[in-house]
Amino acid sequence: MNYAPDFLLRAYRTMRTIRAFEERCVVEFEKGNIPGFVHVSAGQEAVAVAACIDLDDKDVIASTHRGHGHCIAKGCDVVGMMKEIMGRATGLCKGKGGSMHIADIDKGMLGANAIVGGGPPLANGAALAAKTLKTGRIALSFGGDGSANQGTVLEALNFAVVFRLPHVFVFENNGYAEGTAASYAIGAESLTERNRAFGLPAECVDGIDFFATYEVMKRAIDRARRGEGPSAIEALCVRFDGHYIGDPQRYRAKGEVERARAEQDCLKRFRERVTAEGWLEEEALDRIDAEVAALIDRAVEEALAAPRPDPATDLLSDVYHSY
Amino acid sequence: MFSESRTTHPGGKSSVKTYREALNEALRQEMRRDPTVIVLGEEVSGGAGCPGERDAYGGVFGVTKGLLPEFGAERVLDTPISESAIVGAAAGAANNGLRPVAELMFFDFIGVCFDQIFNQAAKFRYMFGGKSRTPMVLRATVGAGFRAGAQHSNMLHPIVTHIPGLKVVLPATPYDAKGLLIQAIRDEDPVIFLEHKLLYDLKGEVPDEPYAIPFGEAAFHREGDDVTIVAISAMLHKALAAADELAKEGISCDLIDPRTTSPLDEEAILESVEVTGRLVVVDEGNPRCGLAADIAALVAERAFHALRAPVRTVTAPHTPVPFAPELEDAYIPSVEKIVAAVREVLEA
Repeated sequence: MNYAPDFLLRAYRTMRTIRAFEERCVVEFEKGNIPGFVHVSAGQEAVAVAACIDLDDKDVIASTHRGHGHCIAKGCDVVGMMKEIMGRATGLCKGKGGSMHIADIDKGMLGANAIVGGGPPLANGAALAAKTLKTGRIALSFGGDGSANQGTVLEALNFAVVFRLPHVFVFENNGYAEGTAASYAIGAESLTERNRAFGLPAECVDGIDFFATYEVMKRAIDRARRGEGPSAIEALCVRFDGHYIGDPQRYRAKGEVERARAEQDCLKRFRERVTAEGWLEEEALDRIDAEVAALIDRAVEEALAAPRPDPATDLLSDVYHSY
Repeated sequence: MFSESRTTHPGGKSSVKTYREALNEALRQEMRRDPTVIVLGEEVSGGAGCPGERDAYGGVFGVTKGLLPEFGAERVLDTPISESAIVGAAAGAANNGLRPVAELMFFDFIGVCFDQIFNQAAKFRYMFGGKSRTPMVLRATVGAGFRAGAQHSNMLHPIVTHIPGLKVVLPATPYDAKGLLIQAIRDEDPVIFLEHKLLYDLKGEVPDEPYAIPFGEAAFHREGDDVTIVAISAMLHKALAAADELAKEGISCDLIDPRTTSPLDEEAILESVEVTGRLVVVDEGNPRCGLAADIAALVAERAFHALRAPVRTVTAPHTPVPFAPELEDAYIPSVEKIVAAVREVLEA
């Protein structure tokens, strides 16, 4: 496949933005600037970007508790996100959502979701609306390997097949459902084989390889756009951090994380490939790194200065459209 | 069991319709008016993929009968038996330009899809900072008296009334059924619409034209000075029978049907108690943390000074709904129990 330079630059910039955002979340959380608990997706950037780079604001994604990357890949404002995660009144959700419920309807981002397996039935709804109203839009849901064992997801897979919905199910298999191995919790020999048994095209891809992942996503998205129904993609990827920030990760092998960061980094792979192929120069990538670093600095700075919600006015609003 | 209600009707032609027909007419008229209204659920038409007829059921109690022939399978979707997928599809579609009316057959089935109702649809607007709209209706049948046993007979309206973000509607008459369902479909928030299965054949005068009844406005079915009775859904008809019996002895009751439990017309109840000083709340739900306890607490907090007797509640007992007819009949609040409760508050 031939890739236009601006496509490659956009992909890299988005992946780098996610990495820098997540790394900064860890820092700000440890400083006490982020309330609650936070799940970061460093290491999984290629999947988020490969899945979303061909979508526009009218297409809808449903995300997970590990959803910052999906948000950024779908075009959510990084400054608004940082404000939201810090619980500020000018955050994307006025500080009422937080990291696990971040959403931006205008960007087709139907929400992170703190309920494992909560998103796929909702993405079916977005796909059903697209099909009924003949808008040509598609829906894409993210779920981890843990979500693959939820009844809601199994119902949603069958429902999407029955109604031939334009819905791409993406399973980010990072090997761990919180602190339980995917190989332990998924009873089937292969998640992809099990997905295929629902009667839809199912593929498994190396989620560290942006290009391989993009090609698989593109096939599924194009199929959905043509009205040929849903697909399921299992993307094998690596979680660089714990389930949550602060997770001691005693369930992982000694040296595993360090090895993954050194040898299975999707950003490094991307850089190696595009420079080896002569598609992009190192300087262009370095420039993006610097611009992204400045953006994240600004996001944190603005978020820390942003006003906090006022209980007198903000606690009771936004429950209903009218009541 | 069923007495004539005294709700006033708007102008225009009207005719006698059953509760079922009133609901069907509301759906049909709204689907004609607005092409974004769709219906989905298990056997909302029936016969999908079968060798025999389509529209074989038209919903488990026939409420959606005839919609498939008129509006086609793109707008009337017979789904797999997958309640989470049904509710999730409705919630997701409602945020993307449709006005889905999903059916749960029996409200007892919220057990297998409650997450999609209360963690997803109900919370979207708040979690997303007021940006989302979820104009969906979840219709379901409630109530005992059908000899359907413990898993097809519960009320469970308190469970959803408890959830911020949901509106909860329980029509008791054909007139209310049509006007409230039209309002539910036009409403911008997720609405739980609970139809009592014993009411489907109840007849009443219903305007032929579409009309919407605003939520949070109680209906007064009898007016009186001695006792306030609050009753909802099928219990309205038990309370009407009790009030009419008591009227023969010169006891006059103010009989209020809140029609929606969320929002609740608190003022109607409080104003009535200010006059009568006595309150009996009748509810087919179980007693603990239920609607009757909620209304009793409301009055204790805000109209204590007006009370001349302790509040009495008449509810189902703290048991599942039993199967044997003798047991089920004893489970459901009776006219006799309501009459006795009214006498008690008058004697106190």
